[in-house]
Amino acid sequence: MTAYLKLDHIDKSFSRNGSTTKVLAGITLEIAQGEFVSIIGHSGCGKSTLLNIVAGLTPASEGGVLLENREVNSPGPDRAVVFQNHSLLPWLTVYDNVRLAVDKVFAGSKSRRERHAWTLHNLDLVQMTHAKDKRPAEISGGMKQRVGIARALAMEPKVLLLDEPFGALDALTRAHLQDSVMQIHAALGNTVLMITHDVDEAVLLSDRIVMMTNGPAAHIGEVLPIALPRPRRRLELVTNPAYLKARETVLKFLYERHRFVEAA
Amino acid sequence: MSLPAVKISGAAPPGAAKVLAFRTPRPGLWGSRIVPFLREAAVRAVPPTVVIALVVLVWELLCSRPGASLPPPSTVLNDTWELITDPFYDRGGIDKGLFWHMLASVQRVALGYALAAATGVALGTLVGQSVWAMRGLDPIFQVLRTVPPLAWLPLALAGFRDGSPSAIFVIFITAIWPIIINTAVGIRNIPQDYRNVAAVLRLNGLEFFWKIMVPSAAPYIFTGLRIGIGLSWLAIVAAEMLIGGVGIGFFIWDAWNSSLISDIIVALIYVGLVGFVLDRIVALIGALVTRGTAAA
Repeated sequence: MTAYLKLDHIDKSFSRNGSTTKVLAGITLEIAQGEFVSIIGHSGCGKSTLLNIVAGLTPASEGGVLLENREVNSPGPDRAVVFQNHSLLPWLTVYDNVRLAVDKVFAGSKSRRERHAWTLHNLDLVQMTHAKDKRPAEISGGMKQRVGIARALAMEPKVLLLDEPFGALDALTRAHLQDSVMQIHAALGNTVLMITHDVDEAVLLSDRIVMMTNGPAAHIGEVLPIALPRPRRRLELVTNPAYLKARETVLKFLYERHRFVEAA
Repeated sequence: MSLPAVKISGAAPPGAAKVLAFRTPRPGLWGSRIVPFLREAAVRAVPPTVVIALVVLVWELLCSRPGASLPPPSTVLNDTWELITDPFYDRGGIDKGLFWHMLASVQRVALGYALAAATGVALGTLVGQSVWAMRGLDPIFQVLRTVPPLAWLPLALAGFRDGSPSAIFVIFITAIWPIIINTAVGIRNIPQDYRNVAAVLRLNGLEFFWKIMVPSAAPYIFTGLRIGIGLSWLAIVAAEMLIGGVGIGFFIWDAWNSSLISDIIVALIYVGLVGFVLDRIVALIGALVTRGTAAA
């Protein structure tokens, strides 16, 4: 396996009032091109911090991130993020939110007409063309997240970073979006790094699941490959022994060996 | 997602009007459009008309007694009929119709306010964006903004050696503080999410300013602009009383010196109406510009 994206011995500490808290300790992970990797862990284990480090939004204290063997330490459209709370700009229409990204990333390489077509193409990928002239306040949470995905895809990122993308959605909408993400991943072959705390979601979508121990100084506890063939269908998997086994492994890791202890 | 703390009330559409208009749909233009329109107009116009009539009546009764120090409305109307009916006369010097006095005042306010808006948004952006600038400038702003507008006038007269620029400066210095402070709050309250989006897209400084900062802070900026226009209009009358020349402030002062109390009353009503219109203009621009900026 050749590493496309490499997280190399990443440590992260936060200092406040003289006391230093170590959040992440020695995270090393190699991700191949086209692979779908999920990071799962209890809340507060620093998995979002890890994603922000990969995105370049937060600097690592030690270690670094290599993309195609080159170090990346500032944010850029080659690592597009789908934010948990969609982060659409409320004063722009759905189309303009995506177009803003397209205009910025392809300013020199695509003509006006091509950028328009590319914007519509990406909205079409997430089935949001019908609402292209609406503002974010006028569409549902699931639709907003679709637009967020379209915006990220439109940047043609080398790695797509998903930060608990479906966490704020109801179960039915979440299932729809998971199916959409699987279809897009199958069609485009993106390299995806997803943060989640949903075991079913992780098993359904991922090629590998990275399980994080609890903080402070969280590290990678276990990596579980999911060998289920694609395309995966939610209903067929319900009784699939390999699926159930994977699910059980993750659940046992989270609730037996690294049970979340309430701080309060 | 953080909502703007203060919303401009003019931004809300007057929805009540439509609900009433469609409640009794009848066939035909007369029944479906004109009758509801008249009814709606009546519903809106009757209460203020009644209240104004009552106020005028009480005023008439109170001031008609012998020995009353202020004129009753009938006398005001009688005394100032020429002033009200011909606002455009110009006999040279400061002997002009009310329109010309108002125009001079509005011009001063427009100039001082425009300068304050441009400078205020720029300084507010600086203070909101840079912690160093905030620590350096904020204490100065907090002290200077409490200085009453007219206290600046002698200093301005000393500096400019002329009345009109001094009045414009007083407007400027009065209006600028709420604009600076509200802009800075708006900039500081730009959600981290938007900054992250800008970072991932690698927007440069100018793009960030126009595409993220201005739209995101617009509701705050317009709150400041609206407070600013109100304060400007408050300050201009006082400043003009002192600098003299053409302008509604001096017109009032001149009327007082000539014991033309009725002229003062008419001028006050004009000042109120123009101030109301100015406020509404800024509110309207704000409503148009901030359309859709409310967080999703």
